[in-house]
Amino acid sequence: MNPITDIGGQLIPGLGITISILLASALFSYLMAFIAGLCRLSKNVFLRKFTGLYVEVFRGTSLIVQLFWFVYAIPILFGVNLGSNWSIGVIAIGLNYGAYLSEVVRSSILAVAPGQSEAATALNMTSFQKMRLVIFPQAVRMMLPEFANYTIQMLKGTALVSLISLNDVLYYGNILRSSNLSYAPLIYIVVLIIYFLLALPLILFSRKAEKIAKKGVAN
Amino acid sequence: MTEPIVQYKKVHKAFDDVKVLKGIDLDIYPSEKVAIIGPSGSGKTTIIRMLMTLEEPTSGDIIVDGTNLWKMEKKGELVRANEKHLRSVRGDIGMVFQHFNLFPHMTILENCMTAPIHVKGEDKKEVEERSIEMLGRVGLGDKMNNYPSQLSGGQKQRVAMARALVMRPKIMLFDEVTSALDPELVGEVLEVIRDIAKNDDMAMVLVTHEMDFALDIADKVLFLDEGVIEEQGSAQEVINDSQNKRLREFLSRFRN
Repeated sequence: MNPITDIGGQLIPGLGITISILLASALFSYLMAFIAGLCRLSKNVFLRKFTGLYVEVFRGTSLIVQLFWFVYAIPILFGVNLGSNWSIGVIAIGLNYGAYLSEVVRSSILAVAPGQSEAATALNMTSFQKMRLVIFPQAVRMMLPEFANYTIQMLKGTALVSLISLNDVLYYGNILRSSNLSYAPLIYIVVLIIYFLLALPLILFSRKAEKIAKKGVAN
Repeated sequence: MTEPIVQYKKVHKAFDDVKVLKGIDLDIYPSEKVAIIGPSGSGKTTIIRMLMTLEEPTSGDIIVDGTNLWKMEKKGELVRANEKHLRSVRGDIGMVFQHFNLFPHMTILENCMTAPIHVKGEDKKEVEERSIEMLGRVGLGDKMNNYPSQLSGGQKQRVAMARALVMRPKIMLFDEVTSALDPELVGEVLEVIRDIAKNDDMAMVLVTHEMDFALDIADKVLFLDEGVIEEQGSAQEVINDSQNKRLREFLSRFRN
């Protein structure tokens, strides 16, 4: 076989799963990040402690073990089926990275200069207006580079779903290797290249994000 | 005799164990210009921050236009004010800060327009016209579409004043507004304040280190020392005539 193009061609069917898992879990993790990040800043003690627990549990344990929990342990323990392995992959990756990103959301909001909030008060804004018009737009600028960074990590994290029998790029790579053992080095190089090409737009975006972040932040 | 628009009654403020203000009694009348002077750490800034609801008094009352600012009535009892009450009382108060606190993600014009539109629900077109007029008045008509980071300190402070003025406050608070500026930029900011003081009939409270300026525009000067109002009276009485030893000592550091 003509190595590179042939191998590439055999891995392409995995792109659908890799990309769809990335997109869905990224969106889900952003959602979790904002919900959990804001809850951790809430005045409600219960809300704060509860989200604190979520963040520490998901940050503090391994993603692959979480995946196995959702696929194999929870259905037996609680008798609930969490849906297809695709949605389980999205839920696990989303919850895991959502935990990390919620810390980014929280710290960015806290990093907006206190004078900004005081100026908003002096203009008689409500707490909600203060957050929506003044704090949040500035915090988001600070979040962007970190969000891009974690999204790149998430892309690489999606490779774990090959272990819960989803047919992603790595899954096809493994299949290919098992029938062409001597090609292993080449196969895995092509797999790496595919991940890198997928990450490239994100890498470029994160550079741009840093510039955006520098622009509009308090002096 | 007009009623005071703001009254402080036996106001105390402590940060943890540090007593910053020890019983402030003060009346501010509509359109009165009040300057507060005193050594740093004497509690000057805290006095106006409490009025802007940025600090809560430890005890005592602040009455704004007949309404208790930090306390509200609930089932016939006075309880701690909630946000809604604070908002309803502080609507006529505006403030300019030492460090400007412009919103960096908005243009100069947007900085001025945001609050009247969102907070007061005013017509956008009308607010825009008023903002442009106000920016012209502080000499920044040509910078409307710039961002704060593109301005000098003096320009930023003038924008901050326009932003506060567009809200049409009855009381304006100035917290050491020239202290963070390079010396050559102080003049342009004082000029704008002087213009406001001469032409607008709002009450103004200035915390300041600019003695000559205070003497020039203030109807009333307070000398604050260690959390107590040591002297108060007309600028002439306090700055030129007072025999208070602490005040003379303080003033001598400004006059070489």
